[in-house]
Amino acid sequence: MNLINIFVKAIFIENMIFAYFLGMCSYLAVSKTVKTGVGLGAAVIFVLVVTVPVNYLLENFVLKAGALKWMDASLAGVDLSFLSFIMFIAVVASIVQLVEMVVEKFAPALYGALGIFLPLIAVNCSILGGALFMQERQYSNIAEATSFALGSGVGWFLAIVAIAAIREKLRYSHIPAPLRGLGITYIVTGLMGIAFMAFMGIKI
Amino acid sequence: MSTTTAPAAPKESLFSKKNRKLITDPLDDNNPITVQVLGICSALAITVKLENALVMSASVLFVMLAGNVVISLLRNMIPSRIRIIVQLVVVAGLVIIVDNVLKAYVYDVAKQVGVYVGLIITNCIIMGRFEAFAMGNKPGPSALDAFGNAMGYAWILVAVAFFRELLGSGSLFGIPVLGDAVEKTGLYALGYVNNNMMILPPMALVIVGIIIWIQRSRNTKLIEQA
Repeated sequence: MNLINIFVKAIFIENMIFAYFLGMCSYLAVSKTVKTGVGLGAAVIFVLVVTVPVNYLLENFVLKAGALKWMDASLAGVDLSFLSFIMFIAVVASIVQLVEMVVEKFAPALYGALGIFLPLIAVNCSILGGALFMQERQYSNIAEATSFALGSGVGWFLAIVAIAAIREKLRYSHIPAPLRGLGITYIVTGLMGIAFMAFMGIKI
Repeated sequence: MSTTTAPAAPKESLFSKKNRKLITDPLDDNNPITVQVLGICSALAITVKLENALVMSASVLFVMLAGNVVISLLRNMIPSRIRIIVQLVVVAGLVIIVDNVLKAYVYDVAKQVGVYVGLIITNCIIMGRFEAFAMGNKPGPSALDAFGNAMGYAWILVAVAFFRELLGSGSLFGIPVLGDAVEKTGLYALGYVNNNMMILPPMALVIVGIIIWIQRSRNTKLIEQA
């Protein structure tokens, strides 16, 4: 039950885009058409689901204060948590490299469409943000961390596909010239964020 | 750096036209947030209070300045295949320093800014400047470029935070400027109420949207073709 709770919460209430603005750069840049939006969204889900559990293990068995106890009793006093940024980003960067190679091999069309944004998933804040939130919220086991990662990814996917669909329609509407493109996308995202806040009162 | 083979470039003064452009360009024509669309995540999330915006800007300024100079010094030694990893390691090292300094000296702000300090690592402005500028330029211009871009980032942050704190909590830097909301003095005596919407995250997006609108109606060459 708790797993479903975390999952739904991560999609709607603590949505990466609308509540925390994580991964906005690629969200704004790749959301011109639904097709590329779906591709990037799927890649983000995958990378999150792989990196967060790996980082969870790293956090709990290497970095946390006293986490090295399993190795030797004399290491119980060691606190490596200041290294967490660098460890997390190393994991993220290597997994993204892996995803890039797999996509290039099996879906060359998608690879071409995503272009520079595929390697840039490494610097997509939602991925590192997922790891840092996992650290901050101290999930009690790896299943909870994975459920949180999957929920966050699905939430991000939902957000980018929705905005891409809206932008495809916006192309045909009359918008003041200086607001065209980026400006109106910001404002629409803001309105979507307000709509998503309605989920906040829901308790599961 | 091989200064022996390259013909000696004429010495440039610190405030030559080219160098001044490095600083002024990112403030308006090539602003990281409103034009290049980089580094938005942190820009929006921590702008509820002016104080947080300033701390974040200062952190970004430090990381970007130091990182750009380091990358620029190392640029001929970094193999291009692994440059992203090298850049990430440099940024991550600097961010760890910033994080620890903030926790030591301004603990309250550090708590509020929370994960967003860590997220400076993935702030695309920094990676973008490393890729676009520091990898191909000398340390001096790289430092100026970093300064200009950090300032372009900072002014948007401060502007957004100013309006959000003023309209949302009626204060600036935590000091109430519109009178007392409970005692009903100042503006509140006239029936003014704080707009609590401003404190919520989505309003930051709307404010940036409006800033873009104003900027582009003044600077028409930035208007996007539909």
